[in-house]
Amino acid sequence: MNITLNGQTCWAKPGETILDVARREGMNIPTLCHLSQFSPTGSCRLCTVEVEDNGSLVPACAFPVFEDMHVKTNSPRVRRARKTLIELLIANHPQDCLICVRSGNCELQRLTQEYGVRTQRYAGERRRARIDIASPAIERNPEKCILCGRCVRICHEIQAVGAIDFTYRGFLSSVAPALDRSLNTVPCVECGQCVVNCPVGALTEKSHQKMVWEAINNTDMYVVAQVAPAVRVALGEEFGTEPGTVVTGKVVSALRRIGCKRVFDTNFSADLTIIEEATELLSRIQNGGSIPMLTSCSPGWVKFVEHFYPDLLDKLSTCKSPHEMQGALLKSYYAQSFGIDPSKIFVVSVMPCTAKKYEAQRPELGSEFPDVDAVITTRELARMIRIAGIDFHKLPNEGFDDPMGESTGAGAIFGAAGGVMEAAIRTAHYFITGSDMKSLSFSSIRGLEGVKQAEVKIGEHLLKVAAVNGLHNIIPLLDDIRKGKSPFHFIEVMACPGGCVNGGGQPQPSTPERLLKRTESIYQIDRESPRRNSHRNESIRKLYDEFLGEPAGHKAHQLLHTHYVARDEYCR
Amino acid sequence: MNAFSLNCFEQCWHTAATPCSQFIDCINHGQQCDCSEESRAKLDRYSKQLLMIDHDIPVILVGMGTCGLANGARKLVDLIRNELQIRDFAAAIIPVGCVGYCAKEVIVDVKLPGRPRISYCEVKERDIPAIVERTVIGGEILEEKLLGVYECSEQDAWQSLPTLTENAFFAKQKKINLENCGVIDPESIDHYLVSGGYSALSKALNAMSGQDVIDEVSKAGLRGRGGGGFPTAKKWQFARNTQSDTKYLICNADEGDPGAFMDRALLEGDPHRIIEGIIIAAYAIGASYGYIYCRAEYPLAIDRLEKTLAAAREYGLLGSNILGSGFDFDMRIKKGAGAFVCGEETALIHSIEGRRGMPRPRPPYPAVSGLFGKPTVINNVESFANVTSIFKYGAELYSAIGTAGSKGTKIFALSGKVRNVGLVEVPMGVTLREIIFDIGGGIPDDKKFKAVQIGGPSGGALPESVIDTPVDYESLKNVGAMMGSGGLVVMDESTCMVDLAMYFMTFIESESCGKCIPCREGTKRLLEILQRLSTSYRDERTQEESLLRFQGMVYLERLATVITDTSLCGLGQTAANPVMSTLHYFRNEYEAHLYERRCPAGACKALLTFHIDTELCNGCGVCVRKCPVQAIVGEKKKTHYILDDKCIRCDQCRVNCNFNAVFTN
Repeated sequence: MNITLNGQTCWAKPGETILDVARREGMNIPTLCHLSQFSPTGSCRLCTVEVEDNGSLVPACAFPVFEDMHVKTNSPRVRRARKTLIELLIANHPQDCLICVRSGNCELQRLTQEYGVRTQRYAGERRRARIDIASPAIERNPEKCILCGRCVRICHEIQAVGAIDFTYRGFLSSVAPALDRSLNTVPCVECGQCVVNCPVGALTEKSHQKMVWEAINNTDMYVVAQVAPAVRVALGEEFGTEPGTVVTGKVVSALRRIGCKRVFDTNFSADLTIIEEATELLSRIQNGGSIPMLTSCSPGWVKFVEHFYPDLLDKLSTCKSPHEMQGALLKSYYAQSFGIDPSKIFVVSVMPCTAKKYEAQRPELGSEFPDVDAVITTRELARMIRIAGIDFHKLPNEGFDDPMGESTGAGAIFGAAGGVMEAAIRTAHYFITGSDMKSLSFSSIRGLEGVKQAEVKIGEHLLKVAAVNGLHNIIPLLDDIRKGKSPFHFIEVMACPGGCVNGGGQPQPSTPERLLKRTESIYQIDRESPRRNSHRNESIRKLYDEFLGEPAGHKAHQLLHTHYVARDEYCR
Repeated sequence: MNAFSLNCFEQCWHTAATPCSQFIDCINHGQQCDCSEESRAKLDRYSKQLLMIDHDIPVILVGMGTCGLANGARKLVDLIRNELQIRDFAAAIIPVGCVGYCAKEVIVDVKLPGRPRISYCEVKERDIPAIVERTVIGGEILEEKLLGVYECSEQDAWQSLPTLTENAFFAKQKKINLENCGVIDPESIDHYLVSGGYSALSKALNAMSGQDVIDEVSKAGLRGRGGGGFPTAKKWQFARNTQSDTKYLICNADEGDPGAFMDRALLEGDPHRIIEGIIIAAYAIGASYGYIYCRAEYPLAIDRLEKTLAAAREYGLLGSNILGSGFDFDMRIKKGAGAFVCGEETALIHSIEGRRGMPRPRPPYPAVSGLFGKPTVINNVESFANVTSIFKYGAELYSAIGTAGSKGTKIFALSGKVRNVGLVEVPMGVTLREIIFDIGGGIPDDKKFKAVQIGGPSGGALPESVIDTPVDYESLKNVGAMMGSGGLVVMDESTCMVDLAMYFMTFIESESCGKCIPCREGTKRLLEILQRLSTSYRDERTQEESLLRFQGMVYLERLATVITDTSLCGLGQTAANPVMSTLHYFRNEYEAHLYERRCPAGACKALLTFHIDTELCNGCGVCVRKCPVQAIVGEKKKTHYILDDKCIRCDQCRVNCNFNAVFTN
């Protein structure tokens, strides 16, 4: 069908919204509440446009096109309405942009500039609320919240957690956990999807920057950093590179310049995780253990099981997540090998994730000292690079330090949804048949769909596997497991939709385009790796030979495995 | 024989499980099937007894709607029972709903065998012995309490007494939907049946197809009574045309407008009428399940609805194969927690679904995708009452009432500064003046009429100049108000229109669901602009605050337009109406507040300044002693003065001055 957009005739598909058509035609319509993967809520009203013969203005995000409609996206009435809405928003906003963590990357700030808001047209009372800093991973500042509802929808509809929702009415409306409690007393899984989707500075990660600087400044401490697979494909975005640009070498050199004594690769321990996990899986299958086995590298997902499916905790793999394994080894194997006092080692994990901040504080993960001392997100690393006065674009490409710097393509793909599964199958194949797989790419468990299933024939065994991302997708599978009807042997779960590349600690905002590009780059790293099987990682072989002994052996169990606890949905 | 309930006649085989299509006809038109004379007579006698045509003992009917109960009706019933017991006299006591004359509650009717029914009003506890002794037992009339006599034959000795319809309050009303309210026992399905109840349903189910039903409603020209005035038949047609395995019907009883109580009175006074209308509507669109979304603040209505649903189920009027037509339908009550926005249909749907009551954008309209994603029709209580009337009396008779564009009658809840506070049903097209002055009896205390707020917080305040506007959907829109659900709040000269606008803005601001920016943030700013108008100089601490007062007025209309233009739902889209209509009709009052810093009506306390007339003051010092803040100074026997800085506007000096020397600006 044809519609007229600002006097220009253009083509439109029935069922499309005005916003779809306008964006295709290059007309920019501002939105604050719109999320492309959801049905429209029409709450921010900024996408308001004028449709001829229709009394009031209509929201472009929700209004379907019809034949011969005349739409004006830029009339004086529309501009005035949008500007007034922005003025209303800032009238109830702290306006502390100068000291706000989102300054320069804030959607409200951008709109205020775009619409030329130069006066405080409406002044009056401002909503007051206390800042919630009690969560180990996420901080909320309700005063900055513009109630667009993105976080609420993500938390309910994508993550099926529902830790936050709208409360109160009218001017007092706010987004908060039940009964206005703190985020640490409700079943928040700390995934941080609310944070990456927040258009303003109302939701942020709990910063560990200060801890890291203090450790670096303390000459007694031996600060080592490790970098997660998904960080290297996203950090560049913070400095204006194209989404998906691989900046591994710059991440390493930046961390060294910031003051880390050694920089290791979490991909190394991702490979190690595969060895342990594949061993565990085969042992469960062969010895009649708890099947299906669920992966445990996503701490948000682990917390989800602990809160909502505590009866299924025995299905979770006992493997620690890769950065925790690395931390444990740094304070044992590495310390021993290089004669460093483990109490002086300060492990900083650079992660695409907010839940890892919470995970690092779990008492199970560590012995005398925690395995990991601080977790900084991709965003925090970018801030530290800026504070240190480093010109990111002029950084040289440097390599990771040995012995935990070597990694394979299998470790790299941990960053993408389905990657853990793929890497595990590669190694399981080797463990069962003694030879590597011929084709190493599984298209059936790659991609961004929520649930991907595959059947893999390895020797005599037929493995049924599934890879799930976005927590709401796992619920039907978990319910099947509860009923004993699950056909699967092994299920990979990533809390965040799209996996770690779209984690809660990645550059804001999260967009489908960024997600796609980052995922492509992850697989590109795998393709270009000289070795693509975890069991081919020479440093890992050496680690087992010199230190750990057998996979899943006694020492490995002590250092690389953990246990889980059932949690109430609401802490009393 | 004490109920039409199942198998009370030897031949009757109607039960909920084995329905008979002629069950209702039997009651309304005498037995349909061949049966014994004896059982025919039994039915006839029972009907006459219910209709109080032929009864042995006196019947006392007490108005026990919420208004009656608030005036002590329950205590009166106990007293009546007590008095009867003392005198060892047998009489039946039947609770009825509200007849509409809330100002005259408690209304107690007495029906003596062979005499017409008489109505007593403003009955107090002390009147009970006399009523029982002299009227119920003695057959005498207490003229000082008499409201009127129900229609009676010319031979009757009471023929000379004023009839109810002669009473000015009832004279101009046309009671169709309210015909049973205050007349029959709302908790008795038999009472309802014998007064023609469920005949509309019987007609629709037995003689018409669903499409016929819609056509009939279309012919009657019924428009939604909830406020918008959307043609009901059109809404039903959308839902009927949408293919789906399940469809829902919702009755919106979330009446939340300040000053509106039409739906409550209907639900309390004649709940079966609503249920009947709902079943007919469900049949028309093919719905299989229904909800009545009623606010929990209406406990009596909910209680009566529950009894009504149980009775309808017992009689086979709800459930499977209703009256043998093959149509299955049932429903339940969903209590709303009191959010005003849940009267908006998509928010209401969310609330029933167990989610937070927040509206969503339309389209898709609920008729296409509503409750649980299924086609859903939502109509208001009064609309369903009208549906029953249409099928009871026929579309032609119905559409003969009213104006070209607005058919039938409309119920209004008349309140505020008006003598006859109550519930009135008038044909569409009568003027506001007729409602307020003829039916409502005008303004009490000899004050002057100032304005009437129609349509609740979404409507507008109309002044004397447009009070001759006929009430129909279009005319009201043309003068800047809207029909709304039917609240009419009358205001006299002592009401400040800025204060009124502020009241409604406070209501809207706190009832906004908080979802969309214009409603959540915009109404707050509108409210603040109004608040600044009635803040005194003394409370404006800085020059900036004074400046804000003017700045607010400069941007008021711009803000109001944007709120109207961009809000998500009806609540926000109409939120600015009270402000805009008062600004339009009473601009001078706004200007007096803004520039002169005074409130012409004297209602905005902060703007009052108290002065002492130097001529009248003789320095007696009473005001000095009464003033709680020592704001009055003056020498003995000499003129006193009020220090405005200290004055807290408590009015004590003015009230207590024996020489009327204290006055306000």
